[in-house]
Amino acid sequence: MHDGLRSAQQAAGSLFKVEGAGSGMRDEQDLSRDSAWTTAPSVLKPGRYFMQGDEACAEGAIAAGCSYYAGYPITPASEIMERVCQRFAQLPSRVFMQMEDEIASIGSVIGASWAGARAMTATSGPGVSLMLENIGYAIITETPCVVVDVQRAGPGTGQATRPAQGDVMQARWGAHGDYEIIAISPWSVQEAYEETIRAFNLADRFRVPVMLLTEEGVGHLRESLVVPDTTPIYRRIKDQGRPPFGDADVPPMPAFGEGARLLVTGSTHDAWGYRKTVSPQAQSRLVERLASKILNHRAEIERTHAHYCDDERLDVLVVSYGFSARSALRAVKMARGSGIKAGLLCLTTLWPFPEQTVLRLTSKASHIVVAEMNRGQMLREVQRLAPHAVGCNRTDGEVLSATDVWRSVQKEAPA
Amino acid sequence: MKPGSTESIRRYVRAKSFPTPFCPGCGHGILLGAILRAVDQLGLDFSQMLFVSGIGCAGWIPSPHFDTDTLHVTHGRPVAYATGVKLANPRLHVVVVGGDGDIASIGGNHLIHAARRNINLAVICANNQIYGMTGGQVTPTTPFGAHTATTPAGNPEPSFDLARLVAAAGATYVARYSVWHVRPLIAAIQRALQHTGFSFIEALSSCPTQYGRRNAQPSPIEMLRWFKQSCVTLERAQSMTAEDLAGKTLIGEFVKPG
Amino acid sequence: MWKACKHMPSKIVLNADWCKGCHICVAVCPRQVLEVDEGSYLRGFHPVTVARPEDCTACQQCEFLCPDLAIALVEEDA
Repeated sequence: MHDGLRSAQQAAGSLFKVEGAGSGMRDEQDLSRDSAWTTAPSVLKPGRYFMQGDEACAEGAIAAGCSYYAGYPITPASEIMERVCQRFAQLPSRVFMQMEDEIASIGSVIGASWAGARAMTATSGPGVSLMLENIGYAIITETPCVVVDVQRAGPGTGQATRPAQGDVMQARWGAHGDYEIIAISPWSVQEAYEETIRAFNLADRFRVPVMLLTEEGVGHLRESLVVPDTTPIYRRIKDQGRPPFGDADVPPMPAFGEGARLLVTGSTHDAWGYRKTVSPQAQSRLVERLASKILNHRAEIERTHAHYCDDERLDVLVVSYGFSARSALRAVKMARGSGIKAGLLCLTTLWPFPEQTVLRLTSKASHIVVAEMNRGQMLREVQRLAPHAVGCNRTDGEVLSATDVWRSVQKEAPA
Repeated sequence: MKPGSTESIRRYVRAKSFPTPFCPGCGHGILLGAILRAVDQLGLDFSQMLFVSGIGCAGWIPSPHFDTDTLHVTHGRPVAYATGVKLANPRLHVVVVGGDGDIASIGGNHLIHAARRNINLAVICANNQIYGMTGGQVTPTTPFGAHTATTPAGNPEPSFDLARLVAAAGATYVARYSVWHVRPLIAAIQRALQHTGFSFIEALSSCPTQYGRRNAQPSPIEMLRWFKQSCVTLERAQSMTAEDLAGKTLIGEFVKPG
Repeated sequence: MWKACKHMPSKIVLNADWCKGCHICVAVCPRQVLEVDEGSYLRGFHPVTVARPEDCTACQQCEFLCPDLAIALVEEDA
C-alpha cells in the first residue's frame, strides 16, 4: 500500500502541477498572467506531517484562507469542526461558530460569504439533507462556499460510525430544481488537504457551493501529509460597474458594505438582482447560465488520476473514488500480478462527471468494474457511457476491501 | 427637509420599485416608512446598513425597496444568515425584517438562539398574525378563535406572545407597538438600531386582504382602529383589572437596557 | 399641489402614481382636509383629493400612516 500511495501522491500531483485535462491548479508561471490568482504562504510550517484526514481537511481550509466556519456536531464530521475551533483560536481574524442546527450553519456560511469571507461547514448525510434548501439558495445566488460531507451509512440515522459512499447522487441532485454542482472526493490525507484548498478556489472562481465528499474511512485514517511553502488562492473579482448576477459567465461579486447596494435574492432575478418571478426569459436565462458556467469550463474543474492504464487495451478497468479507490488500486496490482491487464481510474472530481476521461478509458477496456460503497450510484453514470459496466458494491458499513475488488475483477476477466 | 418626513425618506428607496406590490392599505407599508423614518432621524449611514429578510410579504419590505445592500433569503432563516454576515463583518449595521410566520414559526429556533446569544442584531417582526402571501393560513401568532384559510372553524390553538418569548430567551431590548402607533414605533425602532446587543421589535401590522376579510375587519382603516382600541400600554395596564385587560394587547418596551 | 394653512409653511403633495386608494389618510386626518374623489375611478380606485388645505396643521398623520409614501408635506420654499 505504501508504494501505491507514494505513486498516487505523485500522480495526484503537487498543488502546482497541471495534468492534461484535469488538474484545476495553475502552473506557477501562469499565476502572474491572471490577476485573480495569487499565492499565500502556507499557514502550517512547510514540511511533512502525520495527520488524520478530517484534520487535513481543516488545515486545507485554513491554508485556503477560510475565515468563517459554522457547524453543528455530527458523527463522523465533528473532528473537522473541533480542529477548526482550536486552530481558529490560534489565528487572527477568523470566526468560529457552533450554530443551533445545520440549517443555521449553512445559512450563516452563506451570509458570511456575502460579507466577503471564505466560509465553510462540515457535516454528514443527515446534515446535508437539512442543508439542501440553502445549498440551492447558494446556487441561485451564486454564493461561493464549501460544504464537506463526511459520509456515513444511511439512509436516515443509519450507522453513524460506519463508512459509506451513499451520498454521491444526493450531492448531484439533492437540492430541488435544475442545476450543476461541483463535488470532489479525496482518496488520501494529502488529497484531503489539497482538494479542500482547490474547493475554495473553485467556489470563488465559479461562484458556486462546492461539495467535498469524504467518508469515515478517509476522514479517520492517518497518513503522511506534505505541506508546501505556499498555497494558490483565487481571489474573488469585485468590479462594481458590472451586474453581479448576469452578463458575464461568472459575474463579479462585491461584498456588503462596499457601496454596491446589492440586491441578493433566492427568487429568479435579472442581472442586477431584481426579482423576476413571472418572466420565462428571466428563468431560462438564469438557469442556463448557472449550468453553462460550470459545463463550459470542465477542463478547469475536472480532476482524475489513472494508474496502470497505459496499455492500448485493458482487460478490466476499475473506476472508483474516495476510500474505495485505495482498495481498488491494490486489487489492480494483484490483478497485474496474475497477468490481467487491469487499470484504475480514480475520480477526484465526481461532479461534473468526467465524461471525456471515462469515455476514453472505458472504450479501451473489455470489462469495467465500478467499485463503490453504495448500491451503484456512480455505476449508473459510467453505464450511460459504457452499458456493460458492472458494480463492485459494499453497503454493510464496512470499507470495500482489496479482496472485494479483486474478486470482481477476477469474475469479469478470468486470467 | 424635515428628517423622518416622507419627502426626506424618499432618498432611501429605489423609486423604480414603486408603487410597491403590497395590497392597498397593507400595514407593512406603514412599517416600511417607519423603518426609514427611524434611520433618517438618527442620521445613520445607510450605505453601511444591511437588511436581511425572509419569505413572505414582510420579506419584501426592504427587498427591493431599500436602496442599500439587501439579502433576501430562504423562509425562516434571515436571523441565521444575518448572524453570519455580522460575525464576518461586525462593522456592518445588520437589521432583519420578517413576518410572524417567517421569524417565529419556521424561524423560531433561530430567533430564540440569537436572542440567547444577545448577538448585535436588530430584528423587526412585522406581525400581521397570518401567512398573507400564500393566501391567509394560520400562524403561531394568530389569535385563538380567529378565522383563516386553515382554521375555517376558528383557530383552536393558543398563540405566542412574541415580545415575552424573545425577552425570556435573552434579548436585551424588546418593544411592541402597532403600525397605528406609528410614532412610538418609530422611536422604538430608533432605540433598537442604537442598541448594542439583540433587539427585537414586534410591529403589529394589518393584513386587510387575508386576515381582515375573514375576521370582520375588511377595510384598512377598520384594522388600524382595532389596534387603537385594543392596545394598552404597559404603564396603563398596571392600573387596570384583569377583566378590563381581557382581549387587550399590551404594547410598550418590555425589556430596556439599564 | 395645495398650499396648507397660512401659518404652517408646508404644502400637501400627492403622488398619484404611488397611491393605491386605501383612504387611510382621509380617515386619519383630524381636520378632514382630505376627501375621497367619488367622481374618478381611473385606476380601479377612487383617488384622494385635498379639499381643505387651509385647515391642515401639518400634523403628519397622513404621511406617516400612508403605506405607499404617496402623500408628503413639503416645506414651502422661503
